[in-house]
Amino acid sequence: MASVEQGKQAIMLNKKYKAGLLNFLSAQGILVFFLICMFAFSLFSEQFLSQSNIMTVVRQASIIGIIAVGVTVVIIGGNLDLSVGSMLSFSTVLVVDLHDKIGPAGAIILMFVLTLLIGAVNGFLIGFMRLNSLIVTLAMLSAIQGLVLIYSGGKNVDIANQSDTWFAFFGRGYVLGIAVPIILFAVLAIIVQVVMSYTSYGRRIFAVGGNPAAAVYSGIRKNWCVFSTYLISAFCVACAALVLGSRVMGSQNNVGQGYELLVLAGIILGGTSLLGGAGSVWKTIIGVLILGFIQNGLLLLGYPYYTQWLVTWVIIILAVWLDLANKRKRLFTTHS
Amino acid sequence: MINMKDFLKGSGFIQPIWVFVIAITVFFSFMSEYFLSVGNLSNILVQTSTIGLIALGMTYVMINGNIDLSVGAVLGLAASLSVGLQDYGITIAVIAALASGLVLGAINGLIVWKTGVNAFIVTLGAMIGVRGLIFVYTEEQSFYATNFAFSDFGTASIGPFPVLAIIFLICTLVMHLVLKKTGHGRNTFAVGGNPEAALDAGIRIGRHMMINFIIVGFFAALAGVLLATQMGAATPNLGRDYELWTITAVVLGGTKLTGGFGSITGTLGGVLAIGILRNGMNLMQVPAFYVLVILGVILISVLIIDQRLNVHASKGVSI
Repeated sequence: MASVEQGKQAIMLNKKYKAGLLNFLSAQGILVFFLICMFAFSLFSEQFLSQSNIMTVVRQASIIGIIAVGVTVVIIGGNLDLSVGSMLSFSTVLVVDLHDKIGPAGAIILMFVLTLLIGAVNGFLIGFMRLNSLIVTLAMLSAIQGLVLIYSGGKNVDIANQSDTWFAFFGRGYVLGIAVPIILFAVLAIIVQVVMSYTSYGRRIFAVGGNPAAAVYSGIRKNWCVFSTYLISAFCVACAALVLGSRVMGSQNNVGQGYELLVLAGIILGGTSLLGGAGSVWKTIIGVLILGFIQNGLLLLGYPYYTQWLVTWVIIILAVWLDLANKRKRLFTTHS
Repeated sequence: MINMKDFLKGSGFIQPIWVFVIAITVFFSFMSEYFLSVGNLSNILVQTSTIGLIALGMTYVMINGNIDLSVGAVLGLAASLSVGLQDYGITIAVIAALASGLVLGAINGLIVWKTGVNAFIVTLGAMIGVRGLIFVYTEEQSFYATNFAFSDFGTASIGPFPVLAIIFLICTLVMHLVLKKTGHGRNTFAVGGNPEAALDAGIRIGRHMMINFIIVGFFAALAGVLLATQMGAATPNLGRDYELWTITAVVLGGTKLTGGFGSITGTLGGVLAIGILRNGMNLMQVPAFYVLVILGVILISVLIIDQRLNVHASKGVSI
C-alpha cells in the first residue's frame, strides 16, 4: 500500500511541478553543463575557443536559433509548432524565387506577408477554433510542404545574378565585423526576451500556458494570446528564411525539412517545459548553442558529423531527466 | 437507425473514416478504370503495409497516452541491419533486425517508465539518436541485397494475394484481438484514459507503457525488414518522415492523442485512406504534391468535426 501512496504522491508532485514555475536550479544546471562542454572541448582542440571558430558556430546556429526564439514563445503559451520546418522551406523558396521576378524589396515584403498569413492560419485554428496544436501543425507541415512543391513544380530555385544584389546583405554581410545573421539572431532574442519578461503581454502568455482556465477567469483573452504566439513564430521563420535564402542565394524545395525537430531539441535542452507556462528565450539560446558547439567540437576532434546525433540523444534525455529528478527529489518514478 | 452523432464521433458501430474510405473508393473507381482491379487493390495493400504495420503499434502507444516519434529511425536501422548482415545468413540478419526494434522500443519504454520524462521528448531524442546509430553502422553507405531469396520475398504472392499484404492483414487482426480481448488491451485504455485512476486500481502503468513501446518498436522493425525486401536495398535515410505519416494515419482513424480512445479498425481505415488517396491520384495523374495538401486539409477537417461533436467534453472556458 505504501508504494501506491508514494506513487500517488510522486504523480501529484510531478503534476504540481509540471504546471510549474521557472526552476532556478535547473536553469543553472544547463549553464554549468554548457561551460563544462566548452572547457572539455577547448582542452582537446586548440582552435575550438578561437574567436573565428566561435563566430562560425554561432553563425551556423543562428538560423535554428532565430526559429527557436519564436517557437519558444509558442511553447510557453502551452502549444507546439511542428510546421516551422515546412514554413522555412516555403518562405525561402518564395523569397528566392520572387527575387528575380519582382526585385528584392517586393520579394521580402511579400514573403513576410505570406508567412505571417500561414502563421495566422495556424493561430486561428489553434487559438480560436481551439484544436490540438500538435495535430494542426502536423497537418500544416504536410500541407505547406505540398504547397511549396506545387509552387516550385518540384524544381529548385536560385537567384540568377548573385554578385550585385543588396539581398546578399542578410546572409553574407557584416556590420562592425559581426555577421548579420548573428546580429539578427541577437536582436530578435533580446527583443523577445524583454517582451516575455518585462511586459504584461509576456506575463499573459505565461499565464495562458501555465493555467489556461485561470488565465481566462483573470480576464486574459486567451484566444488572442495563442493567436499572437503563432504570428511571432511565423515572423521568426520569415527572418530565418531571409538569412537562409540570402546566404545560399538559392533553395531546394525541402530545405527546411527536419528543422522543426532540431529547433525542439534545442528548446528542450535549454530546459523549457513542453507543457507550457515556463521557460525563457535565453535558455533556448543556450540549448541551441550547446547543440551547435557539440557538433563543432566533435568535428574538430575528428569524429564524423553523425556522432553529434548520438550525443544529442543522450544529453536531451539526461537534461530533462535530471531536471525532473531534481524537482521530485528522487531519481526514478515510484510506480511499477 | 444509426445515431448520426454517435456515428460521427466514432463511438457508433460504423466509423466515419470507413465511410470516407468507401466514398473515395467509389470516386476513384469512376475516375479511373484501372482502380478497381484486384491487381491494383492488392498493390494498395502492399504499398500501405509499411506505414500500416507501424500504425498498428502506434495506435497502442497513443491509446496509452504516449507517442513514438522514433519509428522512422527504427525502421531505417532494421532495414539496414537486415540487408547489411546477410553475410551471416538471411535468418540471422532478419532476427537481428527485429531484435533491434524490440531493444530500442524497450529502451524508450524503460526511460519513459523509470524517469517519467514525457514520451514526446524521449522519442524525439531517440529519433535523432537512432538515425545516428544507422549512420555509424552503415558509414553513410547504402546496402544492396545480393541474396535474391531476400528480395524475391517482397514480391512473392500466395495465389493472387501478395505475401506482404497477407502479413499486414494478419498482424492487423491479431492486434485488434489483443486490444479488444486481453487484459493488456483493457489496461492500455485504462492507463491512457486516466493514469492516476489506473494506478489506484492497481494497474502497473509503467510496465504496460513499456510493453506498448516494445510492440511499436517491433512493428517498426518488421516494416523496415519488409520494406527492404521490397526494394532489395536499404539506404541510411530510409524512413524519414514516416513518423509523421503514421501519426496522421492513426489520428485519421479516430485515435485521440490524449489517450484512452482509439481502435485498430479505425487505424486500418486511416491507413487505407492515405493509401487509396495516393494511389488513386496517381492513376488520375495528379502530381504527388497535391496529396500532401489534401491530407493536411482532411486531417484538420477531422479535428474540427471531432471537436464540434464532442463539445460537451472538451468545452473549456473562453473569452
